[in-house]
Amino acid sequence: MLWVIFAILTGFAVLSILWPLAKTPRGVSRGASDIAFYKSQLAGIERDAVQGLMTPEDAQGASAEAARRLMALAEPPLERSVAGAGRAVRFASIAVLIFVPALALGLYSVIGDPARPDLPLAARNEASPARMDLMAAVAKIEAHIAQNPDDGRAYEVLAPVYLRMGRGNDAAQAYAAALRLLGQTPERLALYGEALIYAANGAVTEEARKIFEAAAKDPSLAKPRFFLGLAAAQDGDLLRARDIWERLLAEAPDNPPWAQALRERMAAMPGAPAAAQNESAARDAPAVEGGSGAKANLAAKIQAMPEAERSSAIRGMVDALAARLAQNGQDVDGWLRLVRAYAVLREPDKARAALVDAKRNLANDATAIGRIEALGRELGLEG
Amino acid sequence: MIVETGHYALVLALALALVNSVLPIWGSVTGDRRLMAVAPSVALMGFGLVAYAFFALTYAHVASDFSLANVVENSHSAKPLIYKISGVWGNHEGSMLLWVLVLALFAAAVALFSSSMPDDLRANVLAVQSWIASAFLLFILLTSNPFARLANAPAEGNDLNPLLQDPGLAIHPPLLYLGYVGLSITYSFAAAALISGRIDAVFARFVRPWTLLAWICLTLGIAMGSYWAYYTLGWGGFWFWDPVENASLMPWLAATALLHCTAVMEKREALKIWTIFLAILAFSLSLIGTFLVRSGVLTSVHAFASDPQRGIFILLILVVFIGGSLALFAWRAGGLKQGGLFAPVSREGALVLNNLLLTTCCATVFIGTLYPLALEALTGEKISVGPPFFNLTFAPLFAPLFVLMPIGQNLAWKRGDFFGAAQRLIVAIGAGLIAMLALAAWRGGPVVSVVLSGLAIYVIVGSFADLGRRLFVGGGATAIMGAGQRALRLPRQAFGTAFAHAGLGVTLLGLAATGWGAEKITALRPGDEVEIGPYQLTFESVQPRAGPNFAERIGRTAIRSSGVLIATIEPSTRFYPARKMNRSEAGIATIGLGQVYMSIADVAANGSVNARVFWKPLVSLIWIGALIMAFGGCLSLSDRGFRIGVARRAAKAAASSPQPAE
Repeated sequence: MLWVIFAILTGFAVLSILWPLAKTPRGVSRGASDIAFYKSQLAGIERDAVQGLMTPEDAQGASAEAARRLMALAEPPLERSVAGAGRAVRFASIAVLIFVPALALGLYSVIGDPARPDLPLAARNEASPARMDLMAAVAKIEAHIAQNPDDGRAYEVLAPVYLRMGRGNDAAQAYAAALRLLGQTPERLALYGEALIYAANGAVTEEARKIFEAAAKDPSLAKPRFFLGLAAAQDGDLLRARDIWERLLAEAPDNPPWAQALRERMAAMPGAPAAAQNESAARDAPAVEGGSGAKANLAAKIQAMPEAERSSAIRGMVDALAARLAQNGQDVDGWLRLVRAYAVLREPDKARAALVDAKRNLANDATAIGRIEALGRELGLEG
Repeated sequence: MIVETGHYALVLALALALVNSVLPIWGSVTGDRRLMAVAPSVALMGFGLVAYAFFALTYAHVASDFSLANVVENSHSAKPLIYKISGVWGNHEGSMLLWVLVLALFAAAVALFSSSMPDDLRANVLAVQSWIASAFLLFILLTSNPFARLANAPAEGNDLNPLLQDPGLAIHPPLLYLGYVGLSITYSFAAAALISGRIDAVFARFVRPWTLLAWICLTLGIAMGSYWAYYTLGWGGFWFWDPVENASLMPWLAATALLHCTAVMEKREALKIWTIFLAILAFSLSLIGTFLVRSGVLTSVHAFASDPQRGIFILLILVVFIGGSLALFAWRAGGLKQGGLFAPVSREGALVLNNLLLTTCCATVFIGTLYPLALEALTGEKISVGPPFFNLTFAPLFAPLFVLMPIGQNLAWKRGDFFGAAQRLIVAIGAGLIAMLALAAWRGGPVVSVVLSGLAIYVIVGSFADLGRRLFVGGGATAIMGAGQRALRLPRQAFGTAFAHAGLGVTLLGLAATGWGAEKITALRPGDEVEIGPYQLTFESVQPRAGPNFAERIGRTAIRSSGVLIATIEPSTRFYPARKMNRSEAGIATIGLGQVYMSIADVAANGSVNARVFWKPLVSLIWIGALIMAFGGCLSLSDRGFRIGVARRAAKAAASSPQPAE
């Protein structure tokens, strides 16, 4: 049906061009229009003079001027011979017949979305009464809050519904209001942090991390600890993430429902237990999770190798990086990567040595030294 | 299905615009009348397609189709219907679509109402219009597509910026765009005339109604926007010299100059180069305004979206259209024949002076608007050019314009008599002086207000001096008897001119009167009283009230004059939960021509508020003046000399009589 309408529209569009091309033209030529204009001007002057709106002298001068221009009109150009014009028209018709549909369909096929039907809200609501109930419930609670802005419980009821509707920002604000009105508890903090992560499209923001740290004071809560682990993983500190999660699993009372999912997640992490880490995979941990990018591909490839081969491949890359930095020590990012790689490979001595080398090489770059030292602290290599 | 067909219609409109950019010009160059005849037919079809696309987008907004990114970002299912509709253009993508719709509308209007226009002129005009349409359709489809779909439609939209949830949005942008984009027609006329090399009185005759139409819409659009800002922003001001406001004022100044210039060109064939230049300038300023607002160079209420890619695209359009037309201009300007001659003191001379002053004003605004941007781009230094700059530069330029306006109207064409004209204005000058003295004695107050009020009275009375003289020719009883008859015979254009000029005087009077206003910023608790101007306000209570998609707290306030209750106003602060934004709504009571204006903020739990209270005498005259100006424009437009289809009958007569040319 859609394509039938497209075809009809295209047909009309092309017709609007071909129709005048096929008809005998009936326009106003330059000469006729000019003559008409000056004649009407002359008539106007005469009318004004008769009605006493212009003095006779003025009228005389004005009409003399208009008459002079009327006489000065050039002869209109002669029409071209019909044969020559006919060829142009035929050429134009064919060109239009090809160009208009080709451009319209071509461009539309790139930017259009013909498979997607209209999705008016009314139709969606009819389709799923459950959804409508949800919407109605949300509207009701929202109205209630508008009247009683200090009802913290209402916010607490509303927030998870927002989350289910994919409105992370709203959920976070609702939880924040609940926290403000009902007071802080670790559970509430954890829920708020989770909503913040939704709002940030899955990124554990600094703000969320601090909230989870506060919530983690209650060790019986799994959620803050899980997200603190995720925060570490997103920062690229896989060691720490693994550590947090392993402890979380170990301390979990009796195999909770989320344990399986967490184990799978850990198994999917680059450098699962016993396997050596490689520098690029460690750095690109989030990218590997997302599964995109050339580096991630490389990491995946390495991941797929047999144990021994993988280990040597990674070592080869780390050694190559070390050799390159020995030649040219001005690459801060290179040093950072090398230190991290040694840390991941569980070779703290080499990591410390690399730290010292890096600082020596970059001695005259204060910001670089700062970054190196920060990494050292982060990996616990300092001192 | 409606959405996707609308999207396709827009793509198809681009294809048609491209065809119409080429075939008619080809026809006019080779003298092929069939190719030229394509132009109007395609222009009408193109308008139909764009209108359908616009309808499809409107439908999506009204039906809350959240599979469109544009609807999600700017709509909400709980929004009142009027804002669902006006929200269509309350955002970047939709407003660009409205822009193209108006562009297509004007092209269609030219196609329909200009059967008397010479073939080649019409073909070229519509072709140039199609160039502009092609550029903007490409811009929409490639960088700001309102029909972009989302894979996962969210359950609810983000709602429209609360500042835009106002009836003003339903009227202001469409009107302003009719003006802004209406100037594209004058640009197309100028470019067409340059292409064909025929720049004469006939050209001026055909371009005039379109210029006037665009000018009327622009005048109303600017006035509307100013009133909207006045009652929603809560500062009590009506013009802030905000760059976006300036972006609309510059085309208005240029269009006003152009309007006067085409009059000279039609009557005397003089000022050809200047007319063409102004026609290009007016639309170029519209384009620059669009660029400023749409590219995100400026951040303001109007800058819905800032995206460098869009900025570059618009900049490119700007360069091509302004640069291209100026190049055409340089190529043709040298070959123009000298038009009618005139003495310095004459109607023409006065109009030249008017043009000079208006364009200088325009240049001042231009510099004041763009200099800070340029400086920031070059040196990173942020400066702000605010009202003091504009008041100091703009006002001295505009003041002589007011003085000269009635004099120019009373000068004869070709060679005028300055003192004669001044003599005819003796009544107006007297009225102005008396008003000044009376006001000084009665109200006192700032000297500027007194002087400007006197000037305004002089302008208002002076605007009708010429008309009066023509109606009461000769004086005496017989003249009065004949006035009615003569009034009927006088061209409506004469009345139009008088009203438009008087409207400007009325606006000036409203502006001048601001000097007598009063302002108070104070904290009020329920029961408090405050004196403002001649009135006593009692702040009675703060009450909550629920709107369709907002919650508001209204501060009921009674206005009394010597103890008698004359009005109750309800200024409010509104909270829009969907966007988590606050907005104030001023409470305004119009008393006579003045207004009591009150806005509240920071409503505390105990009911105390921070309030701004103003008494603004005669303030409504500012906008009434604009309405009078537009009314004058409409009167002129209905004049036979302006009527769009005018020469049709005359042309038919010419064609039917045996003329050597046919």
